[in-house]
Amino acid sequence: MRIPLSYSFRNLWTRRLTTMLTTSGMALVVFVFASILMLAEGLQKTLVETGSYDNVVVIRKSSVSEVQSGVDRLQASIIETQPEVALGANSQLLLAKELVVLISLPKRGSDKPSNVVIRGISESSLMMRPQVKLVEGRMPRQGSSEIIAGNSIAKRFKGGGVGEVLRFGMRDWTVVGIFDAGNTGFSSEIWGDADQLMQAFRRPVYSSVLLKLRNSSEFQGFKERIESDPRLTLEAKRETRYYKDQSEIMAKFLRIMGISLTIIFSLGAIIGAMITMYAAVAHRTGEIGTLRAIGFQRTSILSAFLIESLLLGFSGGCIGLFFASFLQLFTISTMNFQTFSELAFNFSLTFEIIYKALLFSLIMGFVGGALPAVRASRMNIVESLRAS
Amino acid sequence: MYILKIISKNTLRHKLRTFLTILGITIAILAFGLLRTLISAWYSGVEASSASRLVTRNSISLVFPLPLSYKEKIRQIEGVKLVSYGNWFGGIYIDEKNFFANYAVEPKIYLDLYPEIIIPPDQKMAFYRDRKGAVAGRKLIAKYGWKLGDSIILKGTIFPGNWEFVIRAIYYGRDKTVDETAFFFHWDYLNENMKKTAPLRADQVGFYMIGVTNPHIAAEVAVAVDKTFKNSLAETLTETEKAFQLSFISMTEAIVIAIQLVSLVVIVIIMAVVANTMAMTARERFGEYAVFKTMGFRGWHIAGMIFGESLLITMVGCAVGITLTFPVAHIFATELSTYFPVFNVTTKTICLDIAAALIVGVVAALFPTYRAIRIRIADSLRRIG
Amino acid sequence: MGSKAPIVEIRNLYKSYHRGNQILPVLNDITLDIDEGEFLALMGPSGSGKTTLLNLIAGIDKADSGTIKVSGVEITSLSETELALWRATNVGFIFQFYNLIPVLTAFENVELPLLLTSLSRKERREHAEMALRVVNLYDRMEHYPGQLSGGQQQRVAIARAVVPDPTILVADEPTGDLDRVSAMEILDLMERLVHGFGKTIIMVTHDPRAAKMAHIIKHLDKGVLNVYPQNHL
Repeated sequence: MRIPLSYSFRNLWTRRLTTMLTTSGMALVVFVFASILMLAEGLQKTLVETGSYDNVVVIRKSSVSEVQSGVDRLQASIIETQPEVALGANSQLLLAKELVVLISLPKRGSDKPSNVVIRGISESSLMMRPQVKLVEGRMPRQGSSEIIAGNSIAKRFKGGGVGEVLRFGMRDWTVVGIFDAGNTGFSSEIWGDADQLMQAFRRPVYSSVLLKLRNSSEFQGFKERIESDPRLTLEAKRETRYYKDQSEIMAKFLRIMGISLTIIFSLGAIIGAMITMYAAVAHRTGEIGTLRAIGFQRTSILSAFLIESLLLGFSGGCIGLFFASFLQLFTISTMNFQTFSELAFNFSLTFEIIYKALLFSLIMGFVGGALPAVRASRMNIVESLRAS
Repeated sequence: MYILKIISKNTLRHKLRTFLTILGITIAILAFGLLRTLISAWYSGVEASSASRLVTRNSISLVFPLPLSYKEKIRQIEGVKLVSYGNWFGGIYIDEKNFFANYAVEPKIYLDLYPEIIIPPDQKMAFYRDRKGAVAGRKLIAKYGWKLGDSIILKGTIFPGNWEFVIRAIYYGRDKTVDETAFFFHWDYLNENMKKTAPLRADQVGFYMIGVTNPHIAAEVAVAVDKTFKNSLAETLTETEKAFQLSFISMTEAIVIAIQLVSLVVIVIIMAVVANTMAMTARERFGEYAVFKTMGFRGWHIAGMIFGESLLITMVGCAVGITLTFPVAHIFATELSTYFPVFNVTTKTICLDIAAALIVGVVAALFPTYRAIRIRIADSLRRIG
Repeated sequence: MGSKAPIVEIRNLYKSYHRGNQILPVLNDITLDIDEGEFLALMGPSGSGKTTLLNLIAGIDKADSGTIKVSGVEITSLSETELALWRATNVGFIFQFYNLIPVLTAFENVELPLLLTSLSRKERREHAEMALRVVNLYDRMEHYPGQLSGGQQQRVAIARAVVPDPTILVADEPTGDLDRVSAMEILDLMERLVHGFGKTIIMVTHDPRAAKMAHIIKHLDKGVLNVYPQNHL
């Protein structure tokens, strides 16, 4: 014989204040849990979408990022002649020799300086990055002091909008266009003509060479040849891999923080649920005796209390997720520890996170309710009847 | 006196519940304390930096160097007492995961500028004498099990190649705020190599450290330095070491704000747990409160009992939590030394712990007290029967 | 009797409860005098309003209209705070379920109301011990309520009720939860308080044995008072 679900539900309703407090505790935990997963997911998404699998980044050996790397003109031209490089529609090489430097620019509003990546691009740069689209203005003319800014830069940095002027490298640079790069790291970059930027910064070398492979499977051979060539002290990485490596420390940091916080928080919430459920059991001793006397099994009592606790957890989970979903409206921008440059990413909610968070809330409810439910089911009928 | 007795006895009435609540508070206070410690660790660089030291760097950004020739010009500026210089080396020890700060510096004046870095005199001499010599912090030495005289190799990320160093000295901090995980070596060693391999990058320094004669004129000196190099090929940006460190932190502000928010959320969660306990406890005792009232006890007597119990529980949890914070922080300090060279539990953190527990105790008691005082005696007596 | 003014004077008392939109009249124009040193029993079926009347006399509930004077003080016009102060010195409660504070010993329970007086610690001790002697539980004063039988607990409760020397004692079904023997003990004790110590007791009861001990029995039925002399039973 089963005790109807409505019994558990009504009991929660009768003790509204306690139910509300316990649920809100759980909701907060699920909120934190979900937001950390969303943050990690957002970071991951930004990094994965920034790179393309078929693109290869060539940088100086063990330099980790383009900012620290240097590829001189001779080395760049050797890479240009490799057979694996793909050709574009007009049979031009899909290869870009790029310059990447950090400059610090003041933010809008706060005026606080933050590091921004300036990328000197070649003609093919845009073609190899289909995720980057010009949304306003036009592309910079070659040989001019014109730049385009990522939408995240245009929004958040002084002088980043179309028609505005940025000053660096002893020159004034006019922003002639804004590009949208979706969730990718490019949104936090400024792009200009590589040769012009090299002159302005008096940098004789490129930072990196980006190329698209003719055939994705040729990567291993290409990598081995480049890295064993004695004239080159370079290394080749798939673009996806390159961006992943760059934020490894950041991602690890988020992971450590996330796991420790979730563990600590869930302990707190489970304790809250346990207190509530123990009190519920103690409160209804007489009731439990009556139910048993009528003929309900121990297991029925056990499941009724477990269901009550699972309901507590589940409603907490739903509320927590509801509020966490609003986080998608926010963008986190912080400095990447490894590259010292701005990295902006969003909270991103996926079905997997929803499912994980709800499962997590049910587990909290279950763990919190298990011991009290066992206690309820083990009560002696005669003694519990007397307690009423 | 009497009320204290009632409170302490009431607290023990539901031993399991009280225990669970105290456990919850302990965990919350522990988490709160650790998060606050994390925040202070974030600012430890600022804490340790001095307002009388100035940092000069290329105005474009940190990755652009300055010519070595600026050194003499800076020294001639009024108010400048000492000038040292160096480069962020960014070397990797074996694997990228083993991150620690490493610099190439001109050591003699640099160490004069940093009296808080303490090196035994014989080790200091050995370091000065060895061109490949390096100094490492006490914690760094311990982490990798190095000994004096060990040769280690750092892989250059900014300056290509494998660089060999010999540990000649171990430094420790004069106080707890000093980062004891840094590594530095002779700038000349770096420069000589660059002269051979990349002459264009030789005689370039990443930053100048300037000691001023008097901290009050630091701002004027900074302006004077930047004015000297205005409209030159490499314009400078000079600020106090504190401001320089703060500018780094402001770039990671989002994370700091997130941690601060989370530490508040911890407190709110535990507030819900304790408030729940108190609400349940008070509800069970409404009848008893009514009996007190029939005897002529007043609302504030009952408030005293509820508040007292709530505060007793939170304070015990708080005390246990604070006690545990120290050993746990120690574990974190070891685990997170890559991110946070300095990870100390400060007095301020302890005070915040206590304040948070007090607030939780008071807030949790508010609502049940309100209900217990408001309820009519005749009604609550009926609850008993 | 009759020369002295009654200790409780109730005039035209009305009380009703609201349940949802319904108004349930409980007491309907009650007028009643109780003399000092009297042992009065209020009887009547469930829901007749006897406990409500008791609560009103004890000042823990508010009447809709009408007045109650207890030894000259019109308690129906006192504020909550004034009532609390008044109760502390004028009313002693005896409940059906004793309502002792479980975490306090018998002695501490009895001492409790004295905390509201200006008595010194030593005086409090003397008073509480005296009260416990009266109820014959002096040797049990360090016991907790859980360690005492029902009858003993009720005697502690009576000691607690009389210890501040209140003007009136109110008892709501004092024997309702007790076996025959214990109930008789309690009733004897109450009788002794009236005769030996000149206390005034107002008691609500179902129990005809309890009512028999009382001097006067008042019957409440549907909020109206009927008076029978004792020998009518």
